[in-house]
Amino acid sequence: MKFFLSVLLTLLGGIGISLWAQSPWWGFVPVAFILAVAIHQAPPKAFAAGFLGMLLAWGGLSWWIDWQNTSLLSKQVAVLFPLQGSSAALILLTGILGGLLGGIAALAGCYLRSAKSKVE
Amino acid sequence: MRFVPFLSSTAVTIALVALLDNPLGKVPPPGPFFSPQYGFWQNAEPIDQDYSGTLTCNGLQGPVEVYFDDRLVPHVFASNEEDLYFVQGYLHARFRLFQIDLQTRAAAGRASELAGGKAINFDREQRRLGMVFAAENALKAINADVKFRTLLDAYTAGVNSYMDQLTEAALPIEYKLLQNKPEKWSNLKTALLLKMMSKMLSSGTENDLANTNAKSIFMPDELQQLYPQVPDSLLPIIPIGTKFPNPAVVPIKPAHADSFYFNNKATVQAQSLDPPAPDNGSNNWTVAGSKTKSGFPILANDPHLELSLPSIWFEIQLKTPTHNSYGVSLPGAPFVAIGFNDSIAWGVTNSQRDVKDYYEIKFKDQSRSSYWYNNQWVPTKIRIEEIKVKDSLSVFDTVAYTIFGPVQFDNSFSNAAATDRNLAVRWAAHDSSNEGLTFYKLNKAHNYADYEDAIRSFTCPGQNFIFASRTGDIAIWQQGRFPARWEGQGLYVMPGEDSSYLWQGYIPQQENPHAINPVRGYLQSANQRAVDGTYPYFIPGSYNTARGIRIDNKLSTMSNITPKDMMELQTDYFNVSAEDVRPVLLSAIQVDQLQGKELEYLEIFRNWDLMASPDSKGQTIFQCFWDTVQASIWKDELSRINPMATWPTEQTTIEWLLRDTLHTFADNINTPQRETLPMTVTSAFKKAALVLASKEAEGKLVWSRYLNPSIYHLLKDALPAFSRKGLAVGGYGNIVNAIKHSHGPSWRMIVHLVDGMEVYGVFPGGQSGNPGSRFYDNNIAVWEKGEYNRCWYMRDDDRKHEQVKWVLKFNQL
Repeated sequence: MKFFLSVLLTLLGGIGISLWAQSPWWGFVPVAFILAVAIHQAPPKAFAAGFLGMLLAWGGLSWWIDWQNTSLLSKQVAVLFPLQGSSAALILLTGILGGLLGGIAALAGCYLRSAKSKVE
Repeated sequence: MRFVPFLSSTAVTIALVALLDNPLGKVPPPGPFFSPQYGFWQNAEPIDQDYSGTLTCNGLQGPVEVYFDDRLVPHVFASNEEDLYFVQGYLHARFRLFQIDLQTRAAAGRASELAGGKAINFDREQRRLGMVFAAENALKAINADVKFRTLLDAYTAGVNSYMDQLTEAALPIEYKLLQNKPEKWSNLKTALLLKMMSKMLSSGTENDLANTNAKSIFMPDELQQLYPQVPDSLLPIIPIGTKFPNPAVVPIKPAHADSFYFNNKATVQAQSLDPPAPDNGSNNWTVAGSKTKSGFPILANDPHLELSLPSIWFEIQLKTPTHNSYGVSLPGAPFVAIGFNDSIAWGVTNSQRDVKDYYEIKFKDQSRSSYWYNNQWVPTKIRIEEIKVKDSLSVFDTVAYTIFGPVQFDNSFSNAAATDRNLAVRWAAHDSSNEGLTFYKLNKAHNYADYEDAIRSFTCPGQNFIFASRTGDIAIWQQGRFPARWEGQGLYVMPGEDSSYLWQGYIPQQENPHAINPVRGYLQSANQRAVDGTYPYFIPGSYNTARGIRIDNKLSTMSNITPKDMMELQTDYFNVSAEDVRPVLLSAIQVDQLQGKELEYLEIFRNWDLMASPDSKGQTIFQCFWDTVQASIWKDELSRINPMATWPTEQTTIEWLLRDTLHTFADNINTPQRETLPMTVTSAFKKAALVLASKEAEGKLVWSRYLNPSIYHLLKDALPAFSRKGLAVGGYGNIVNAIKHSHGPSWRMIVHLVDGMEVYGVFPGGQSGNPGSRFYDNNIAVWEKGEYNRCWYMRDDDRKHEQVKWVLKFNQL
C-alpha cells in the first residue's frame, strides 16, 4: 500500500512540478527525494517507487504529447538518435531517464531517513 | 552507518543531474533535451494546435488581426503599414525563427558559431566576398530613406517582439539540438538576407577564373567558338525584331587590352569554395487577354532555387486600408516578394547577367597594406575579421579592401596550396542600394506606371520583372544596374594596377531590355539571354537557352488559355535539348559495335517520348549518355589546365553537333589515334551503358530513382530526419519543370487577373518551420503531384468566412 502510494505521489508530483513554468528540468528530483523521506520504505522499494513514479510521469507526459502530435516529431527524432524511427522507444527512453533520476533521488531520501533514525 | 549510502546516493543523484545537464559528445544535454517540460517534446505540436490568441505588443499603433486559413496562411489586416510589417516580422519569427537566424548568420560568415570548425573556410569566403560590407552599404541606402527605414524598423521590432517572449520550451528544436540561442534581429540582418539572395543569384553567373584558364590554353578564335555570346537557337526575352536605340554609353577598350588582357596567358589557381548553384534560375511568363479564354491576362512564375526545409518562402496576405497584397515573402524581410494585389501581378526570374569581376592586385609587401595603383602605392583598408568558432578559439582573417573591392583571394586564402595572384572582386552587390523599396512599391502598385516606378531603383541581383494588370497590360523589364562593358571586358581576370579596366559606367536604366504589350500577346523569361545580337551592349552571363525555347514554342501556338493550361506548362517535362540532339546522336552511333544491354538501352532511347517524367527510362539513358558524350568531347581539352577551364554550355555543344563542326574537339587528345565523332559517341554510349546497368541493378533506371529528388533541411546531413528524400517527380535543369536533385521550382504561382483574382500556388514545404508541426511539409505532396493550392484572397467582409480557422489578435500596449 505504502509502495503504491509513493509511486502515485511521485507520479503526480513529477507531473505537477513540470506544469510549474519556473521549475528547472530536474525539478522532480527534490520532489522524489522528499517523498521518499516522508514515506519511508526499504531502500530497494524506495528506489523502485521513485523509478516507477518518474518512469510513468515522463513516459506518460511524452506519450500524451506524442499522441496529440500523432508521432509526427518523435518518428523523426527517433531517427536522429537512432532508434529506427520508433516513437515507443523514444517514449520509453524518456521515461527511463526520468525514472533513473527519480529512483536514485528516492534512494537518497530513504537513506536520509535511515541515517537520521540511527542518530536518534 | 547509513551516512555512507546517504552521502553516496545523494552524490550520485547530484552527479547524474549535472551529467545529464551537459552535452554527451555530440548528443545535446539529455536532461533538458528529453524533459517533456523543456525538451524536444515541447516542439511536438498537437495535430489540432490552436493558433488563435490575443497578444499585447509594445510598438504597435493600433490593433492588428491575423486570420489563418486551413493551410496556416496568415491574412494580416492592419490599419497602417508600420503595424502591418511589425506583425509580418512577428509571424516570420513565430514560424521561421531558426531559418532566419541561421541564414543571416551564414550570410555574414558566422556559420562556425553554430557548426564549428568545419565551416571556417565557408565563413572566410563570405567575409572575403564582402558580404557584410555589402549589407552595410545597403543599410546606408535604407537609412537615407526615412519612410522606408521606419517600415523596416517596425518589421525588426516585430521579429524581436516574438523573441522577447520566447520561452526555453518554445525554442525551435534546432536550437535544442545545437545548444544555441537565437540572436536579436536588426535591420542589418534583413540587409544580409537580401545579400544572401544577391550571392545566390549574381555571384555564380560569371566564370572569370575558369575563363582565365581557358584563355591560357585556347586561341582567340577557339574561345569565340567555345563560348559564343549569342546561341543560334536563342528565343530571347525581348521579342526578336525589337529595335534598340543607339547606346547612350559607349565604353572604350583600354589601349593595351590586347597585349595585357586578351593575350595574357597567365593562369589562376584560385577557385571559389562555395560557388552558388549554376542552376539557380526560374521561369516566368504572362499572356495577354487576347490569348486567354476569359479575356483577362494570366501571369505565371516559378523561381528555381535550392529546395530546402523550411522552405525559402512563406505565404502571406498583407492588407491595410490602402493596399492588399498576397503572395510569398522571404522570411527575414518584409513585403510580398512574388505575388499580386487587386490591380496587378508580378513575378521574377534571374537575369543571369555577369556583374562580378576580378582584378589582379600588386601589393607592396606581405602586409597587404598598400597596392600599386595609377603609378603609386595606395593604402588598402584593412578589415580584421573575427570568426567565432563553436567549442573552439576564434579565427582571425585579414581582408584588404582596394578601390575595386575586397581582395577575395591572396596567399592567405585559396583552395590551392599557394596562389601567386591577389584577386580583388568588383561586385555590383557591394554598391549601396535598397532592393526592398522595389518590393514595397510593387505591393502597392496599381498599374504599369507604378510598376515601372517600383522596379527602376532595383540594382542587384538583376531580375526579369514580369508584370500583368487587371486593365490588360503585360510587360517585362530586365532590371538591374548593369555595367556598360567594352567587348570582352570582365570575361577574364583584369589588370588592377590602374583605373583603365574599371567599369566606365552603367547601362542607362531606360536602355535595360524591356517589352510592353507585344503584338504576339505573350512575354516569357527563363534565364536565357534577354536580347538577340542587335542589343548594343556587351552582356555576358550564364544563360540557359532550352527552357525559353520550349516555353516560347508552347505559348506562341496556344490560344483560349486557362489557368489549367498554365499549370500544365509549369509542370511540363518535355526535353527540348534531347529533341534537338537525339537525331545527331542516333546517326553518329555505330550500332554494329553494340551488344546485349547496350542494344536494349539504345532501343529505349530511340523510342523515348522525350518526356523527363518520373517513370521514364529514356530520360535516364539520354542524360547519362549525353553527359558522357559532353565529357568525352570536352574534358580532355579543358583538363589541359588545372583548375579546369570553363565548360562550354550544353546549348553550344548541341549547336556544334547540329552544324556538324565538332571534328577538332571530338578527338581525345590523350590517345595516339584520332577519334571521329561516331567513335567518340559510340564509346560514350558504351561507357554510359555500364553505369546504366549498375543503376538498373539497383532499381534506379527510372528517372525519379536516378535523379532522387530531395528536399533537405537547412542543416543538410546533420539532421537527415528532417529532410524529405526520394520524391516521385521528374524534370531537369533544361526542362520547364526544372527539378534537379535538390533544386527546382521553389514556388509555383499562376495568377488569373479576373475580378477578385483567381490564384493558384504551391511550394514544396509548409508554412511552419517546425518539423513537429503538420504544417512543416504538408504542401510537398501537392507539389509532388504537380497540383496547386487555390490561394484564398481574403476581403474585408470575409472575417466570418469558413476559411478562417484561427484568429490571432494584436493589441497595442
